[in-house]
Amino acid sequence: MAVVGQARPPKSLWRSVVDSRTLLLMCLPAIAFFVLFNYAPLPGIWIAFTNFNYRDGIFGSPFVGLQNFEFLIKSGQLWLLTRNTILYNVAFIVLGNLMQISLAIMLNELRLKYFKKVSQTLMFLPYFISVVLVGVIAFNLLNYDTGVLNTLIEATGGDPVKIYSMAGVWPLIIIVTFLWQSTGYGSIVYFAAIMGIDKTLFEAAAIDGASAWQRIRFVILPSLKPTFIILLLFSLGGIMHGNFGLFWNLVGNNAALFQTTDIIETSVYRMVMSQNNFTTSTAVGLYQSIFGFAFVMLANWFVRRINKDYALF
Amino acid sequence: MHSSETTSPHVADVVTVVEAEKLPARRVRWSRRTNAPRTIKLDRSDYILRGISYTFVALFALFCLLPFVLIVSASLSSESEILANGFGLFPRGFTFTAYEYIFKSPRQIIGSYVVTVTMTVFGTAIGLFVISMTGFALFRQDFRFRNQISFFIYFTTLFSAGLAPTFLWVARELGLRGTYWAVFLQLLMTPWLIILMKNFMRTVPYEVVESGKVDGAGDFRIFVQLTLPMMKPALATVGLFLALGYWNEWYLSSLYLGSTVEFKPLQYYLYNIINTANALRNSVAGDNVSVTDLPSNTLKMASAVVATGPILLAYPFVQKYFVSGLTVGAVKG
Repeated sequence: MAVVGQARPPKSLWRSVVDSRTLLLMCLPAIAFFVLFNYAPLPGIWIAFTNFNYRDGIFGSPFVGLQNFEFLIKSGQLWLLTRNTILYNVAFIVLGNLMQISLAIMLNELRLKYFKKVSQTLMFLPYFISVVLVGVIAFNLLNYDTGVLNTLIEATGGDPVKIYSMAGVWPLIIIVTFLWQSTGYGSIVYFAAIMGIDKTLFEAAAIDGASAWQRIRFVILPSLKPTFIILLLFSLGGIMHGNFGLFWNLVGNNAALFQTTDIIETSVYRMVMSQNNFTTSTAVGLYQSIFGFAFVMLANWFVRRINKDYALF
Repeated sequence: MHSSETTSPHVADVVTVVEAEKLPARRVRWSRRTNAPRTIKLDRSDYILRGISYTFVALFALFCLLPFVLIVSASLSSESEILANGFGLFPRGFTFTAYEYIFKSPRQIIGSYVVTVTMTVFGTAIGLFVISMTGFALFRQDFRFRNQISFFIYFTTLFSAGLAPTFLWVARELGLRGTYWAVFLQLLMTPWLIILMKNFMRTVPYEVVESGKVDGAGDFRIFVQLTLPMMKPALATVGLFLALGYWNEWYLSSLYLGSTVEFKPLQYYLYNIINTANALRNSVAGDNVSVTDLPSNTLKMASAVVATGPILLAYPFVQKYFVSGLTVGAVKG
């Protein structure tokens, strides 16, 4: 240890590359992957400012400036998509966390081991299946001719309802489906956090004569705050990004419902797949990326101010 | 590993111990088995909360299970009963007709199974290798470029080109449209799984790496021979998420495969059966059968059962890895 106390000369970049060549090589496949599928398409964003056609290609097509965005704003479509995407996400975040925290607290109260195990297994089930199957379930429940809902309504003497043309009820359907799919799984994080609470806190509360409600209010909920903040940050960062699979498999190409169900992802998918419209879809995608990025930064900045340890970067 | 079970004492037990010290001896009953006080002194609010908890959890679990019961019963119903009375909780006119249709000409479903199983097996194996290798390198504190590469990977979650430019690039420039590669390659890894793996690596004592270095092992050898054997829970968790991604894949197939391939991945096959009338006829019968003759309602449900079945059977065995992945993943990268 002769060098102790002596400043080591800084390594040259080349020297570092040579020294860590094996580790660099080990990262290479992943780097190649992200270059190929995430970075290489980035220049294609230019399409948003052109009148793209296949013959001239991305950089040969005529430049139109912000015309694609102007169209989106004037038609009111951008506002509708933004509103739907954000409102759904707010509902998902608020109700989702509420359900997950309540469920975690209740799971913590269960004493019958077998009951707890079986119920947790069942509550995980919806998270595990493909979103296509969620669409099948919706069809089974809601379709006009043979759906369970209409079967029940008819059995009780009512008239069958055409759910697939009633735009007003779809926010409810989508939110319930989301909660059905994610609550059991999402509650695990909170449940683990409750398990991690120092047991002496519960003892102290018991000695002070705290009731079950006071135990929740003054011991459990404050302990869940860090977890809640991290999860909230993650979800706020993604507030411009919708759950495409869920929306598409529930609603699909059903134009009667777009007013209340169309989000950015479904709209872009439709433009690309059924209209071959690459210009508007790229413009919407760029708008989403920029604002999504801004939201992450904002959320991160905000959390940094509260507590540096919870920040993402 | 966090799991639903815990070895730490329950709240009530702790309360008991504490109160036992304060209470006069005659009010404490001692358990002969554990030689510890076992009087459970619960207040009324504890009983109410417990009652609410059992009721709500039971109802919610039932709510989660019910749709699956509906699908299975519908698949076992007779089509005429369904048309007359609609789907119900129990099979109406119990019959295996829908399954018989599927397995009478099983070419499509077997083809789809082969495609999906092949992709799942190879995708999970290759993805797991690449992800753990990258996670290992990024976990090494003596790796000069770990922050730069971490950011390079993480940035893709912050800003992306969007669907249209990515689609044009992959389909036209890379020429992957209509090939299984478009689906297979893009599901190999996600930034989140790499971060998850890196976080898991923290459970390996750093001395293991140090000792490997002292013994003169190269970085790759340290990874394969020293670290990987200690990473089994991490590999199981990440592998599970990868396998699930491949098994449940329908989205990339809808973008890049469409109807260009004869055998669609399983979930995309199901997607088509539900959403297009012709897909049902093509998949289960020859052209000589008209759509109207098919028991289309029950067939859709039976297809859903066949396409989902195996993964649901495997599910209880892998459930715990989900839990560990979620709790480790909640730690920031």
